[in-house]
Amino acid sequence: MDFGLTDDQKDIQRAARDMLAERASAERVREHAERKETDRELWAELGEIGWPGIAIGEAHGGQGLGAVELAILSEELGRTIAPVPFLPTVAAAAIIEQGGSDEQKTRWLPELAAGRAIGAVATLDHEGGSGLVVGGADADVVVLVDRWHQAGSVLATADATVEPIDAIDPTRPAARIHGGNPEALPGDVSGGVDRALVATAAELVGVCSGSVEMTVAYVKERKQFGTPVGAFQAVSHRCAQMLLDTERARALTSQAAWSADAAPDRLHEAAAMAKAAASDAGREVTASAIQAHGGIGFTWEADVHWRYKRAQIDAVLLGGAGAHRARIARLAAVHAREAVTA
Amino acid sequence: MDLTFSDSELAFRDELRTWLAEHPPPPEPTEGGDEAGFAWRRDWQRTLSEAGWVAPAWPAEYGGRGATLTESAIYFEEFGRARVPLPANVLGILLGGPTLMVWGTPEQKERYLPPILTGEEIWCQGFSEPGAGSDLASLQTKAVKDGDEWVVTGQKVWTSAAQWSKWCMLVTRTDGDAPKHKGLTYFLLDMEQPGVTVRPLKQITGEAEFNELFLEEARIPDANVVGGVGNGWKVALTTLMNERAGLGFALQVRLRQYLDDLFAAADERGLLEDAAYADKLADLHTRCEAIRLLAWKGLTDVEKYGQPGPEGSLVKWLWSDTNQQATQLAADIVGPEALTYGNAWSYELLRARGNTIEGGTTEILKNIVAERVLGLPRQKTAA
Repeated sequence: MDFGLTDDQKDIQRAARDMLAERASAERVREHAERKETDRELWAELGEIGWPGIAIGEAHGGQGLGAVELAILSEELGRTIAPVPFLPTVAAAAIIEQGGSDEQKTRWLPELAAGRAIGAVATLDHEGGSGLVVGGADADVVVLVDRWHQAGSVLATADATVEPIDAIDPTRPAARIHGGNPEALPGDVSGGVDRALVATAAELVGVCSGSVEMTVAYVKERKQFGTPVGAFQAVSHRCAQMLLDTERARALTSQAAWSADAAPDRLHEAAAMAKAAASDAGREVTASAIQAHGGIGFTWEADVHWRYKRAQIDAVLLGGAGAHRARIARLAAVHAREAVTA
Repeated sequence: MDLTFSDSELAFRDELRTWLAEHPPPPEPTEGGDEAGFAWRRDWQRTLSEAGWVAPAWPAEYGGRGATLTESAIYFEEFGRARVPLPANVLGILLGGPTLMVWGTPEQKERYLPPILTGEEIWCQGFSEPGAGSDLASLQTKAVKDGDEWVVTGQKVWTSAAQWSKWCMLVTRTDGDAPKHKGLTYFLLDMEQPGVTVRPLKQITGEAEFNELFLEEARIPDANVVGGVGNGWKVALTTLMNERAGLGFALQVRLRQYLDDLFAAADERGLLEDAAYADKLADLHTRCEAIRLLAWKGLTDVEKYGQPGPEGSLVKWLWSDTNQQATQLAADIVGPEALTYGNAWSYELLRARGNTIEGGTTEILKNIVAERVLGLPRQKTAA
C-alpha cells in the first residue's frame, strides 16, 4: 500500500504550485474577483500547456493521464482560488468522455482539452431548468444531469439563452441557461459524474489546505494580550481541527482518485465519501479561517472570504454532503448486511 | 499511489486468516470472573506462541517473524476481523519487549524476552500517577539507591493487568534536583514482593480493567535499570511511541464491525429509511473509512519514505471521537434497551468515554498537532 505520488506526479504538482504562486497570486485573484471576470490570460496559458485535457484520452486530444493527476491540478487551483473555469470544464469533459456518443466526444473533447471551449455542469432543478450553472456565463457547452446522476444531456450554449447570475463566488461567473437543443448522452452518466465529484473534492481539499496555511500564518503574527493569538488553545485547537478536517477529506479524495484509475468498481462509493467529507470540510475550514482572523476576516479587504465563497459553491455542486451520505447509507447497508451474515 | 497489498503481504494475511479460522480460541468463560477471563487469554497466548503468531513484529532472533510494519498492521486488522482477543501479555509484547530491544543490555534481553512471548511472565506499565497524567514528566515516585539496590516509594495509577503481572515497566524520579525530564530512571520492578500493593480501580463501566499500584519501599536490583540512570524519559518515550503504533489497526477494525452491527440494528428496526439516521450512519461510515486510510497512510509513509506525516496524531483523535459518536447513536437506534447493564451497547457507550482520555487526551493531541505539525507557538505555561 502506498499513498505517495510518483516522480512524474510530484513534478506536475511542483510545477503547478510554482506557476500558480505567480500567476494566481492573491492580488491577481482579487483583481478578477472584483471585476467578476475569468482570468482569460491565465486560462489561455493553461490551455496551451494542456491542463484542461490532462485526464482526457489522447484519442480526443488530451494527455491521457488519470484522475490522480487531475486531482493534483484541481487541488493546486483550489489552493489559490484561481479565477479560471478549470473545474467546470474538466467536469463536463469527464461526463462527455464517459457517457457521450462518438460524435459528441469528437465534437467537444478536443476543444475542451485545449481550453478553446469552456465547459460547465449543472444539475437539473425540480422544474427541469438548468438552475445555477457555475462557470455558465463563459461556457460553450453545458452538461445537464438529473439529481440522481443517471441521465444527462449536452447543450451548446450558442443555441441557448445565457442569463448571467451574480453568484457569491465571482471567480467563475455563473449563469442560468434557457432553451437550446439538449442532446441526450447515450452512455454511462454516473461514472463521469463520479469523476467530476473527485475533481470537485480535490479542489475543496486545495481550498481547505490553502486556508489552513493562510490562517496559521496569520495567528502566528497577530498579537493580542501581548502574545501571538495562535498560542491560545482556543485558537490553536481550532487550527488543529481545520487540519484534521482537511486531512480527512484528503485521504478520502486520494482513495477516490486512485479508484477511478485503478479500481473503478470502488469508485461510486469512494467518490460519494470524498465529496461528502470535502463538502463538510470546505465549509467548516473556511468558516474557521474567517473566525480565526477575527474582525479583519469579516472584511471585504481580507482575502479569506473568497475561499469561503468558493467552498460554499463547491460544497453544493453535484450534490451536497447530505445527498452523498444518503447514497453512502444505501451502499453501506448492503456491505453491513453481507458482513453481519458472513 | 497503490492502495492494494503486495503479493507477499496478501500471502501473510491469508496465512494468518486461515490459521485464525482453523484455530479459534474456545468461547470466553462466562463464569469465574476476571481471573477466569485472564486465564483464558493466557491460554490463547500459549496457543499463539506455539504457532509462532504471538509477536510477528519481533525480529526472528527474539522469536518473532521480523514482520514489516504493514504486515504487523495486517496482523492487528485480522485479529479485529476474526473477533479474537489479543494475547494476554499485550503490554509486554507491544511495549516492554520493543523497549528492551532498544535499551536493554544483552543479559536483560536474554533473561526477559522469552517469557514475554510464552506469556509465562506478564508485564504492566507503571507510568501515570495521580498527580502526573498528561504532564507525565512531573511524576513523583521516588527511587533511592541503597547499596546495589534501589528503594522505591510512591503511587502509580491506570496500571492495567497489574494484578496478573510479574514485571512492571516503572518510571521513577532518581534525582530530585535535576530538571524534571532529566531526573528520571526506567526500571523493571518485580511485582511479587511485600512492598508492592495492587488495588483494582473500578471504572464507570463497573469493571476494573485498571489498578492503582502502591509502592512502599519496594526493592529493585541495580541490574534492572533500563537504559541508564537519569535516562528514563527517553526510554519511556520509546515505550510510548510503540503504544500508538499497532493497536490502532485493531481498534479501527472493531469500529468498522461496530458500525456494521449498528447498520444491522437500524435495518431491523426499519430506521435506514429514516433520513436522519441514514445521514448519521453514513457520516460515521465515512469517518471510519477516513480513519482506516489515515492509519495506513501514516504507516506506509514511514515504511516507504521514512517520513511520518501528521496522521499519527490525527488517527487516535478521530477514532476516539467517532467511536463515542457511534456508541451514542446506538442508544438512539436501539432505544432504552441499549442502556441496561449486561449488554454490549451500554458497555461500549460507557467504555468509549475513556477513549478520548487514555493514551493521550484529545486536548493534548490537539496541542501536539498545533505545535509540532502546524508550528504554532507553544501555549504559555506557568513558570
